[in-house]
Amino acid sequence: MIRLSSADTEAPDEAIETDERREAQLAEITELVGDAVVESHIDPGHELYLRIAVDQWKSVHRRLRDDLGYKFFEFLSVIDWMPSPYGKSEDATADAGVSVTTIDDPGEMEQGYAGGDSRFQLFTRLVDIFAGSQGVVIKADITDPRDTDEPQAQSLIEVFPGANWHEREAFEMFGVRFTGHPYLQHLYLPGAFEGNPLRKDYPLLARQVKPWPGIVDVEPMPEDDDSTDDDSTDDGAEGGDES
Amino acid sequence: MTVTAEPTDEDKASYVAAKAADARVNVELETEEGMTLNIGPQHPATHGTLRIVAKLDGEQVLWAEPIMGYMHRGYEKLVEMRTYPQVTTLVNRIDWLGSFANEVPFILACEQLMEVEAPERAQYIRTVLHEMGRMAHLVMFLGDMGVQIGALTPMFYAMRDREFLLNQIESVTGGRFHPNFDRIGGVKDDLPAGWVDETKRIMKKMASFCDEMEDLLLGSEIFQQRTRGIGIIPAELAQLYGLSGANLRASGVDWDLRRDLDSPMAWKHADFKVITHVDGDSFARVWCRLQEVRESAKIVTQLLDDLPAGPIMAKVPRIIKVPAGEAYVVTENPLGQMGYYVISKGDLGPFRVKIRTASFSNMSITPWLLRGVYVPDIVTILGSLYFILGDIDR
Repeated sequence: MIRLSSADTEAPDEAIETDERREAQLAEITELVGDAVVESHIDPGHELYLRIAVDQWKSVHRRLRDDLGYKFFEFLSVIDWMPSPYGKSEDATADAGVSVTTIDDPGEMEQGYAGGDSRFQLFTRLVDIFAGSQGVVIKADITDPRDTDEPQAQSLIEVFPGANWHEREAFEMFGVRFTGHPYLQHLYLPGAFEGNPLRKDYPLLARQVKPWPGIVDVEPMPEDDDSTDDDSTDDGAEGGDES
Repeated sequence: MTVTAEPTDEDKASYVAAKAADARVNVELETEEGMTLNIGPQHPATHGTLRIVAKLDGEQVLWAEPIMGYMHRGYEKLVEMRTYPQVTTLVNRIDWLGSFANEVPFILACEQLMEVEAPERAQYIRTVLHEMGRMAHLVMFLGDMGVQIGALTPMFYAMRDREFLLNQIESVTGGRFHPNFDRIGGVKDDLPAGWVDETKRIMKKMASFCDEMEDLLLGSEIFQQRTRGIGIIPAELAQLYGLSGANLRASGVDWDLRRDLDSPMAWKHADFKVITHVDGDSFARVWCRLQEVRESAKIVTQLLDDLPAGPIMAKVPRIIKVPAGEAYVVTENPLGQMGYYVISKGDLGPFRVKIRTASFSNMSITPWLLRGVYVPDIVTILGSLYFILGDIDR
């Protein structure tokens, strides 16, 4: 099923912006690989977003490359849409206006442009250099939200050899397995590194509050000392004339 | 996701195996398949810490595989924990020689999401600093390229003339390498008094530096013999690997985002040539970069000539919250195309940032490119591809 959503259907009260160039680009792509396109979105004047079926991930890329001239491989990566259970940082509550998420309430998972219904989304961007350097962002849902441990996708390495390192990076950072990749090894991380650091449920330990391992406050702080000596806390707080 | 859990026996075994594999690569000198040559991680041609393991048959490379990660700093994770204005400090360190140019695409992506546009004067100042960063970067490259083939003199010329550029960048931003000067909605400060005239004078100097280099380095017979016809990249393959910048243009692809992309930056007001070369070899890549310094000097002079007056900051809220949405902004940076895919959820900080760096894609062609070349050419090919390790490892 093809659902086409564009900016004017989403926000009718905004100034109606149409992007004829990208509408035409979208029409061209849907004509070619329309059965694979699940959803699309046009950010007028900026970008065209597509979401395609993951089982046609490789074939869509191949057809875009061969039949439409999207030959320039910009990047491949993964988005983890799960809201981070750790919030922003150690002092997240102090940041005014941040929607603080705690471990108890991680908030709703909400996908971006061109929708989606899985936690992990694969995305690439291809560019047709000779057609006014128009680009397209292609996304695909790669897991059922219920099983998130081993997301799988087809490797693009036969279509775009440059996808090699991008896929290795996505593999180590998100744990996405690319079937058909001949050498799916860690790219940056040491061989025995555990976990997938860019997943949202992987804590950035440097920003977590760690309790001091030793004994805290062997002697009470001097102020505390004063206030415990003076029974009347009000006088102690003003303090200045007494000492 | 058990980060703190004790490693199991199986994990330990796999770790030991990985270590053993590493160690074997270092000592295995002569086997039936050939000799293993280990270049790096510390090597002057690597601009950081890159290790290349090459299997040799005599003088010829059978295969070569770069091993990265010695400088991986995890910026994509770190920026998720920061607010938008804090991010520029981090991303300055990605391509450390490109300095100001690193900040620009990120700020532009934020401005696109916020629907803010910086005033014209700010755009001009940004573009001038972007181009000066490019010149400082490429001047360094030209000097360095001499060192790769054993000529030390160009390096001294390059260092001398780069100093002028860095001084000018420093007198505006306060930083020689990490300016942290770009702000959402404009730039931090206006240009200091007398800066425009001084910079124009230096641009003339840079043009004469290019003449000097053309004679000294590119005119040298040894240099030509070491680089001409070496490391040829076909245009079609370059695109599939995602090569960009001068590496792509040296293969004959006429594509420069400064000219071809509709950007709020001030490149559209300048008149400059996009330099291409048909050969696609190491020499073409060096030649393109040399000419690009010339063109950059032209751009800076033109932009400073008609620098508009006016404010340097748009009206932005004091606490910057970026509305929910996604934006991908890419600019033509010194090493090639650098882009930031910013996903915002309407918070003070980004939800996810994918950083597309030029060197990462430029380097990914090396296993293909180094196959079959001779050992001394490894260094000139790597040198002419021009990468910064911080830009690969992020």
